[in-house]
Amino acid sequence: MDQKKIDQIVEKYAGEEGVLIQLLLDVQKELNWVPKEAIQRISERLQVPLSQIYRVTSFYKSMSLKPKGRHLVSVCLGTACQVRDGPRVMDRIRGILGVNPGETTPDMKFTLERVNCLGCCALGPVMVVNGEYYGKMMPAKAEEILKSYD
Amino acid sequence: MPRLSSPAELEELRQKILSKRDPNKRCITICSGTGCHAYGSEKVNAAFAEEIKRQRLKAEVDIRRTGCHGFCERGTLVVIYPEEICYVNVQPEDAAEVVQSIKENKVINRLLYVDPTTGKKVIHESEIPFYKYQNRIVFGNNKRIDPNSIDDYIALGGYSALSKALSQMTPEQVMEEVKRSGLRGRGGGGFPAGWKWQTTRDAPGEPKYVIVNCDEGDPGAYMDRSLMEGNPHSVLEGLTIGAYAIGSHEGFIYVRAEYPLAVKNVGIAIQQAEGCGLLGKNILGSGFDFEVKVHRGAGAFISGESSALMTAIEGKVGEPKPKYIHTSEKGIWDRPSCLNNVETWANVPLIISNGATWYASIGTEGSKGTKIFSLVGKVNNTGLVEVPMGITLRDIVYKIGGGIPGGKKFKAVQTGGPSGGCIPEQFLDSRVDFDELARLGSMMGSGGMIVMDEDTCMVDTARYFLDFLADESCGKCTPCREGIKQMLNILTDICGGRGRGEDIELLGELSEVLRDTSLCALGGTAPNPILTTLQYFKDEYEAHIKEKRCPAYACKELVSYYIDPAKCQACMICLRNCPAEAISGGKNQIHVIDQSKCTKCGTCLDLCPSRFDAVKKISGEPVPPPLPEDERVLVRGKE
Repeated sequence: MDQKKIDQIVEKYAGEEGVLIQLLLDVQKELNWVPKEAIQRISERLQVPLSQIYRVTSFYKSMSLKPKGRHLVSVCLGTACQVRDGPRVMDRIRGILGVNPGETTPDMKFTLERVNCLGCCALGPVMVVNGEYYGKMMPAKAEEILKSYD
Repeated sequence: MPRLSSPAELEELRQKILSKRDPNKRCITICSGTGCHAYGSEKVNAAFAEEIKRQRLKAEVDIRRTGCHGFCERGTLVVIYPEEICYVNVQPEDAAEVVQSIKENKVINRLLYVDPTTGKKVIHESEIPFYKYQNRIVFGNNKRIDPNSIDDYIALGGYSALSKALSQMTPEQVMEEVKRSGLRGRGGGGFPAGWKWQTTRDAPGEPKYVIVNCDEGDPGAYMDRSLMEGNPHSVLEGLTIGAYAIGSHEGFIYVRAEYPLAVKNVGIAIQQAEGCGLLGKNILGSGFDFEVKVHRGAGAFISGESSALMTAIEGKVGEPKPKYIHTSEKGIWDRPSCLNNVETWANVPLIISNGATWYASIGTEGSKGTKIFSLVGKVNNTGLVEVPMGITLRDIVYKIGGGIPGGKKFKAVQTGGPSGGCIPEQFLDSRVDFDELARLGSMMGSGGMIVMDEDTCMVDTARYFLDFLADESCGKCTPCREGIKQMLNILTDICGGRGRGEDIELLGELSEVLRDTSLCALGGTAPNPILTTLQYFKDEYEAHIKEKRCPAYACKELVSYYIDPAKCQACMICLRNCPAEAISGGKNQIHVIDQSKCTKCGTCLDLCPSRFDAVKKISGEPVPPPLPEDERVLVRGKE
C-alpha cells in the first residue's frame, strides 16, 4: 500500500471537522478497497481510534474491507426491477459466477453486488458492468455479456 | 464572471444574457438524465456535435445537454427549439438526418412519438399525453437548462426569488410566506416546512445549520436525483432563501454515494454561485452571508433519516437518535439544524416569486402545490411525473402512464417506499395527497409509485421490502434488528410453501411491537408493507399457506415449469438454452423438463416462441407426468 497516497488524502482535509467518512470514500476510490494498513495510518494521522474507523468502514456499503474484482457487476433489485423479474436475472448471474452478492470470484475477475435502484427504472431489469448499462435484461442474455469481459 | 453586488446588477446580468440569445435560434436539447445516459445519450450528443460541425451549422444551431426530461421510457429524448419538436428513442445514427431536417425546416416522422390509443404521431412535446396532463412547475425547467450553466438558470429568471427575499422581505416575512403557502416536506413525513423553519429559528444556539437531504434511498424513486443533477441552482436558491429566513449562515448538501453526477453538478453550481456573489459573503449586497458544503453519503439507507444524516455529517456512523431530541433544535453538533429534502427546497423560490396565494391555489385542502412522482414498474410510460396534489391515482397510471403493458391486469400501486404500502384497484379513484394516502394505509414518502400487475405476488412484495429493511436496519435497537428478521423469516417461509396457519396472526403481533417500540421510523414503519398487503390481499397469503399455491406464479418454490406435449414443436431452443440441462428431447422428439434438475430459472418460458406457447407455469397442482418415451415422437400436422 502506498502510504503517500493515504497521507495526501488526509492532508486534503486538514483542519476540517467531521471528515472521516469523506476521507474513507476517497481512499476507497483510490485503492478500490480500504486495506488494514490504510486504517492504521488514518488512525495515526487523525488521532482517531482504530475501532471507530473500522466501525465506519464496515457500516457503509460504499467501503470495502476486502479487495474487489477487476469487473464490478451490479444487478439492480430496486422495486421496479423487482417487479420486472430482476430476481431471476440475479439468480442466473449468481449461477454463472458461483458467488453471492457482495462476494468476489476466486480469480478476482468479478465482484457481484446487489443495488437498490439505479434510477433508470424504464430499462428494468438492469445490470451494470463497470458503468456499462444493460437494460431489459433476460437471464438468458447474462452469460454472453459476462463472457465479453476478461 | 463579475461579482453581483445588488439586485439591480443581477437584473442587468439577466438582460445581458438574454440580449445575447436569439429566441428564434434553433437549439437541439438532448436529455442527459440517468435514464437517457443509460440508453447512451452521450454517444447521441457526440454524434450531434459532429454532425453540426460537418454540416457547418455551428452559427445557426445550438446544442444543449440538459438534465432529465422525465419521459425515461422513450430515451434518448431530443427536443428541437423553438418549435418544440420532440423526437423519441433517438440513436447516434439519427443525428445526420435530424440536423439535415433542421436545415430544411422539416419534421422526421419516424422519430415522433406515436400515441398508442389513436395511432397518431405527435410532433410537439407538450401534446404527448405523458406530458399533457402534468403540471411541471418545479421540474419543468430541467429540460430548458444545461445544469452546468448558471447563465441558463439566470436567463429563466433564476435567483430573482432570492433577490426579492433579500432586498424586499424580512426573514419573518419569508417565513410567513412559506407557512401561508402550506408547503409540506416532500421527503416522506409531510411536516409543514414553514413551521419546521420556525422551530430552528427560535431554538437557542448558534450557529444554526440548514441541510438538503439528497439521500434518496427509496428503491424506485429518483426525482431528487433528477432535480439535483438537472437543476441544482433551483435547490441552492431555495436553500439560501431558507437560510435567510432561519438565520443560518452555513448549509450542507448531503448526497448519496450512488449519485456521483449530482455531486459533480451541485459542486459546479456552488462554485458558480460563489463566483458571482449569489453565495458567500454579503450576497447581492444585502449583508447576508451564507456558504454551502457538499457531503457525500457512503451507502446506507438509514443515513437518510434526519438525525442519522446529521450524525453522518459529523463524520460518525450515520445512526438515528431517539426522537425526543428534535434535530430542528439539536441537530449537527447539537446545534439547531433544519433539514428538508431536495424537492422541498426547490419549491421555495416559486413560493417567493409567485406568492403564497398562488402556490396554495394548487392542490388540495391539506396538501398544497405539486408533487413529483417516479412512475415505474409495470406501466407503459415509465418516467418522472409532476402533478398537482389531488389528482387521482387512475389519472396518473392510465392517462399519464398509459396503463399496463402487455394487456395485463392492474393489481396495485405501491407508494412510499419500504415504509409505504400497496393500494389496490378499488382505490384507484382516490385523490393523491399526504392525508388520503395515509388513510389508505400507505404514505406519500418521497414519491416512488411502483405499478404492479397480475404477475406480481403481494406476499413476495412484502417479503422483498422486509428483506430490504433487514439489510438496511442499523441494528441499534432490538425491535427493529430482531423483529424485522423474524418477520422476514415468516414471509420467506410463506413464499416457500412452509407457511403455517398461525403465521398471519404472529405477523400482526410482531408488527405492533415494531411500530410501538422502534427507535426510528425505519423500524416503526417496517410493518407497513405487510399490513397493507394483508389488509387488501389476504387471499394471496391464504393461498400460499393453505394451498401451497402462488396466484401470481411468482414465488419460485411454489411454481413449476412444464412443457405442454400437445404444443411442443421440438424446436430445440429451450433444450439448448437450459442452464441446468434439465430438458431432454431432440429433433422431432417432444421436449420434457426433468423436474428434479429444474432450477426454475424460467429461461425455457422466456425463449419458447410465442407462436408455440408450449411452456407453462403451474402452481398449487402436481406437474402432469411426462409422456412415455415411445410416445414423444412429434407427428407434424399439415401447416
